Amino acid sequence: MNTNGNLYTFIYASVLVIVVAAALSFTALKLQPIQEMNVMNEKMQNILASVHIESSRDSAHQVFEKYITRSFVVNAKGEEVQGKKAFDVNLKQQYKKKFENRELPLYEATLEDGSKKLIIPLLGKGLWGPIWGYLALDEDYNTVYGAVFDHKGETPGLGAEIAKKEFQIPFTGKTIYDDKGELIGIEVVKGGKAAAKSAEEYDKHGVDAISGGTITSKAVQKMIYDCLSSYKVYIEENKK
Amino acid sequence: MSKSLKLITDPLNLNNPITVQVLGICSALAVTVKLEPAVVMSLSVLFVLAFANVIISLLRNTIPSRIRIIVQLVVIAALVILVDQVLKAFAYDVSKQLSVFVGLIITNCIIMGRLEAFALGNKPWPSFLDGIGNGAGYAIILIIVAFFRELFGSGTIWGIEIVPKGFYEFGYVNNGLMILPPMALIVVAVIIWVQRSRTTELIESK
Repeated sequence: MNTNGNLYTFIYASVLVIVVAAALSFTALKLQPIQEMNVMNEKMQNILASVHIESSRDSAHQVFEKYITRSFVVNAKGEEVQGKKAFDVNLKQQYKKKFENRELPLYEATLEDGSKKLIIPLLGKGLWGPIWGYLALDEDYNTVYGAVFDHKGETPGLGAEIAKKEFQIPFTGKTIYDDKGELIGIEVVKGGKAAAKSAEEYDKHGVDAISGGTITSKAVQKMIYDCLSSYKVYIEENKK
Repeated sequence: MSKSLKLITDPLNLNNPITVQVLGICSALAVTVKLEPAVVMSLSVLFVLAFANVIISLLRNTIPSRIRIIVQLVVIAALVILVDQVLKAFAYDVSKQLSVFVGLIITNCIIMGRLEAFALGNKPWPSFLDGIGNGAGYAIILIIVAFFRELFGSGTIWGIEIVPKGFYEFGYVNNGLMILPPMALIVVAVIIWVQRSRTTELIESK
């Protein structure tokens, strides 16, 4: 058989591509539900981790149902938007919109001791790609109860350390408002307390940056401030 | 030594795709910061290489020679997407770490090289063995590099702390340079050096 004719080449290429495309679409469709479950469970795990509740990927769903007692969407005026599911809100799309048009998700966790924590989703830009996380606030909506961060592709061992407990634990107990009642977020200080401008300020609002991961650390600071600003009205109207 | 055994053992040392042919260096640098992603990457390449070899070998007499490279790419790309999808479904954490590098297996020179050089001219069974051999040759270097980079860079092996806490108290510090790509090149170079000095067949006559 002549395998070099034009017609043969055309037919060969077409058949090959169609067969491959069919096979791949079939696997992609078959695996899609499992993949989506993974992404969803991971999101739930992250939300839970911000209020210091550990869960495995398999149990995430049940634990989430148990502790996250309320989830809702707020607009820039601090009003609740009805008929939207907080869990399904695409943060990236919302942050692309103008400040006034954003409709952002919030979660409320009720812990074993009955205390309620407000969980704010965060999204920002790291050094190489997106970084995101969740910040849980105490009922005064000022003191940080817990924080988790994750990233798409920060440098392993350097910027990627923001996803580690060592970086996240110091956030607990810090406050996001200064004495005058201005929103300042959390400052990530290179060199830690010794290098901070004022040790007193550092104790209230500062955490230690990651050596070698300055850009990512600063990105976390900016992300926290930017995202909190979007929730500012809601926080100030509803804090106790 | 039997011919088929040679197909597997040759790429492990005398004809190693990374240290002797210096192919596939890019991924060897990128995914060897930690042992776990390196192992998963190795297995993915091994799988893709073995099956791409078999498929191309089965098709070898029907492939129009003018579009053979495209046919090879289609087969490789299909297998790579398959691996990527399976990882995303069943090994989600690792697939997140490997991220883009699984997709980049498509451009791994080792795979195209073996298809062109071996599978197009040999029967399926030897092609399969050749794929396994070269995949293993790639894997062994990746694992060695990742072992040293994780040990000295993070003080862990497979995520488990291996350097005793006491070391740090005496001032031992993990070497941050090990985590950065340049050290991967240097570790690969050291492996090549050791290999060349111990294997007489590889020493070039003056």
